[in-house]
Amino acid sequence: MPKDDGIGASVKRREDTRFLTGNGKYTDDINLRGQAYVHFLRSDIAHGRINGIDTATAEAMPGVLRIFTSADFASAGGLPCGWQVTDKHGQPMQEPKHPILAEGKVRHVGDPIAAVVAETYEQARDAAEAIDVDIEELEPVIDMAKALEEGATKVHDDLSSNLCYDWGFVEENKEAVDAAFASAAHVVSCDLVNNRLCANPLETRVAIGDYDPWGDMHTLYTTSQNPHVIRLLMGAFVLSIPEHRLRVVAPDVGGGFGSKIYHYAEEAFCTQAAKILKRPVKWTSSRSEAFLSDAHARDHISKIELALDADHNFLAIRSTTLANMGAYLSTFAPSIPTWLHGTLMAGPYKTPLVYVNVRAVFTNTVAVDAYRGAGRPEATFQLERVIDKAARELGVDGIELRRKNFIKPDQFPYQTPVALEYDSGNFHATMEKMLEISDYANLGKRIEESKARGKLRGFGISQYIEACGIAPSNLVGQLGARAGLYETATVRVNATGSISVLTGCHSHGQGHETSFPQIIADMIGISADQIDLVHGDTANTPMGMGTYGSRSIAVGGSALVKATNKIIDKAKKIAAHLLEAAPEDIELKDGKFSVAGTDKSVDWSGVTLAAYVPHNYPLEDLEPGLEETAFYDPNNFTFPSGCYGCEVEVDPETGKVDIVAFSAADDFGVVINPMIVEGQVHGGLAQGIGQALTENCVYDENGQLLSGSFMDYTMPRADDLPSFKVDNSCVTPCTHNPLGAKGCGEAGAIGAPPAVVNAVIDALHRGGYSHVSHIDMPVTPSRVWTAMNS
Amino acid sequence: MHNFEFVKPSSVADAVAALENGEAQPLSGGQTLIPSMKARLNAPEILVSLTGIAELKGLSRDGGSLVIGAASTHAAVAAEAASHFPGLAALAGQIGDPAVRNRGTIGGSLANNDPSACYPAAVLGTGATIVTNAREIAADDFFQGMFTTALEEGEIITSVRFPIPEKSAYAKFLQPASRFALTGVFVAKYASGVRVAVTGASEGGVFRWAEAEAALSSSFDAEAIAELSHSAEGMISDLHGSPEYRANLIKVMTQRAVRSAS
Repeated sequence: MPKDDGIGASVKRREDTRFLTGNGKYTDDINLRGQAYVHFLRSDIAHGRINGIDTATAEAMPGVLRIFTSADFASAGGLPCGWQVTDKHGQPMQEPKHPILAEGKVRHVGDPIAAVVAETYEQARDAAEAIDVDIEELEPVIDMAKALEEGATKVHDDLSSNLCYDWGFVEENKEAVDAAFASAAHVVSCDLVNNRLCANPLETRVAIGDYDPWGDMHTLYTTSQNPHVIRLLMGAFVLSIPEHRLRVVAPDVGGGFGSKIYHYAEEAFCTQAAKILKRPVKWTSSRSEAFLSDAHARDHISKIELALDADHNFLAIRSTTLANMGAYLSTFAPSIPTWLHGTLMAGPYKTPLVYVNVRAVFTNTVAVDAYRGAGRPEATFQLERVIDKAARELGVDGIELRRKNFIKPDQFPYQTPVALEYDSGNFHATMEKMLEISDYANLGKRIEESKARGKLRGFGISQYIEACGIAPSNLVGQLGARAGLYETATVRVNATGSISVLTGCHSHGQGHETSFPQIIADMIGISADQIDLVHGDTANTPMGMGTYGSRSIAVGGSALVKATNKIIDKAKKIAAHLLEAAPEDIELKDGKFSVAGTDKSVDWSGVTLAAYVPHNYPLEDLEPGLEETAFYDPNNFTFPSGCYGCEVEVDPETGKVDIVAFSAADDFGVVINPMIVEGQVHGGLAQGIGQALTENCVYDENGQLLSGSFMDYTMPRADDLPSFKVDNSCVTPCTHNPLGAKGCGEAGAIGAPPAVVNAVIDALHRGGYSHVSHIDMPVTPSRVWTAMNS
Repeated sequence: MHNFEFVKPSSVADAVAALENGEAQPLSGGQTLIPSMKARLNAPEILVSLTGIAELKGLSRDGGSLVIGAASTHAAVAAEAASHFPGLAALAGQIGDPAVRNRGTIGGSLANNDPSACYPAAVLGTGATIVTNAREIAADDFFQGMFTTALEEGEIITSVRFPIPEKSAYAKFLQPASRFALTGVFVAKYASGVRVAVTGASEGGVFRWAEAEAALSSSFDAEAIAELSHSAEGMISDLHGSPEYRANLIKVMTQRAVRSAS
């Protein structure tokens, strides 16, 4: 067209007015009449046997309504795991029970032992301090390698060991991969740690359970990225509540980054306690509790090996990983190091042979699950680090080595040796664009300028491809998913032509309220202001799977296109009746239906009014009203890709790394709202740089979390980041969804970490510290200085 | 947080009297005490606020010294000390963040003696005098190890008297999460010699680096300590830095402080 509020327009985010003026309505803003408060007494040791819990003193304290222990949940199920991984021998993973409150044992610092419900939050906390827990300390299992040793203390007594699974992918390729390594001209390897992270959304988790005994109706208000998934998991597997008796509401949510996908114990507790006490029960996590109870992320120890021939063609990749699961299996934990990690190990390269082995390990630490990128950052980090190392060891340019091995633009669709079929991409183009926007050509001058100031400058590259919008459902079912991965949209056209879109996706920062209406506005040719988005409440939205894995536009947006096409089809029939023409002769343009080749037309609101006031209407052929629902199950993942360049300055006296420039050239296919996409890239880059430079969850040998507050867990701050150069002009549309759109939410967090580390290594090499081949993340000043001086 | 009684006296004498109750604890800016109470790590029954006492506030010049009331906030010191003692004003302006600087006080910081706090470096690095309701204590006698000072139970810091140096500067390497000093060095040059005090580095809290003081007293030049190095023994080891790293920072930050001293 182009339309100023349609696809491709940088429409300002309409939701920001309420967020920026303090008028967002978050779960903690909800206070129900008669509400009571719960405080969880959490374990302060990592591993112990509970011999008794004496609540008598605490129960007599002021305001206490009831104290719950695991005995009160004897009939409830454990928190379910949504993905069953099958090991390399064809056996299912070991899957321990995850009780709502600790049963018999505590398995990590923060494991809830008892829950006190009282009239006030402070009363609940006071009473919790008076609970006497007789607990026998057991040896904590913290180190993954030690956890797998013969005779190691077991986190779960009823499992055979601390090994959740030993996964080989593709197991049939293993021998060929080993043979390729045995005969390769060059083999390069790198031992890497992918540091453990805590998501730390601005809003901590909150849950409010409510129960209406007259209708036997449960309501859970919760900080979730996917209320329908919580309703299914909690209703069907934990509390045995059928869907029509359980409503889950996730109102405004202040960031998720994956940590709010999962079904957590506190949600089930509040829902059940509200029924037992016949009062609403509210829990608001403190930041300290969040560190001890939100799912953590990453925590891989890997060896990556690359085999090359004499001409530096990649022959084979072998990746071996220990992946920490923590003490229990969080909702999607087993899938992260496997299907979201091993399948990306070919990267953007035409390596013919790939073998990935992952052993997932139980330890006495908080459960580990997805966080922005989930598995793909770990794969990308391994690949881009080992390729960088290879270039250095072989004495060749890392850019040329990558280019030489890229899948070429004319090779799509491209079947990788690790199951995925990439539909589209142009890695040469994004690399060119990155080199252009980063002014790579003049890097040498900048290096000299830094040197004059006593600083070491370096440049790091990372070329990534990732997989978003995990699908299709029948395939993921075969891979062990216990859920479908379609998305839904209901387009409800109102009588005067305004539209309410009901989606199963959930916006917790992504700007859906702005971008989703842009799609319909573009398709019908009406103003986006006429369209509103409804999400976050199972009572008034169709069952969808929520928002994670950069799926909302690619999958949810496609469902929206499908439903809108149904609307347009029906509207054309109504218009045809009004215009006394055949439906196939009706054209829709700029919100107006006209008969082809004539000046006869009726506008959008004329048709919508006729649909709801059907006086002049083909009632014998067509139902009144204009409302359509579509379910969209994608044929494939979408495959965003891109090239990142990070430029750093290292202070050789202190080891401090400053990121002086960061350039991102991404291919997200067709972009709906470029401004929102740029913002998503900024956020992803900030979190990727956070992982690379500052963030780290650290346990001591006793299982105490040393980084349990913002006094020690270093979130990246604005002054840690440069002004990003972001480009989305390299577009290869997704070939299998109607929008041509790919995901954009996680790219920054996937591509940034290796670019940063590669840049630091480059700076050190250029500065004469060529003995430093790797530094583990986070690349803190102390680690850099230690590596330089080792 | 547990319940407590709150007393806000308007004179030092009343505050001292209120603190005679053994369950009472003085509260100044509360930047350490309040978070520890919220975390239920500390539960005093009575809090005696020192922020309503006029005589504890304000800066004044006393010949070659700058006298700072103990309840002066970091922000006040950053603003008001600049023309008298720029090195100290710059230090105060780098403490924490704006919220901390507008609540936290110099007296509170010194009484707490956090091993990574900034003010102890300035006080020890200038040989300042800590004035309490009962006596005057020399900086060299005041700091007695991590979170330990010469203050008696119920004793209140009323002011700090800094001899104004010819030149001074504070060089701080941030602990990136807390923004306390991973290592901070305060250097002050007087006619009588140079003092160098280090915070954030040692398990024993703030300390003087005697070798650097001697070398810099001979020649106030960063190169004068080029051949020196500090031992890593007794230095803090944590998530953010090894003892060896902190030992390195002591020298680097000392040199940077000397270079920027004004």
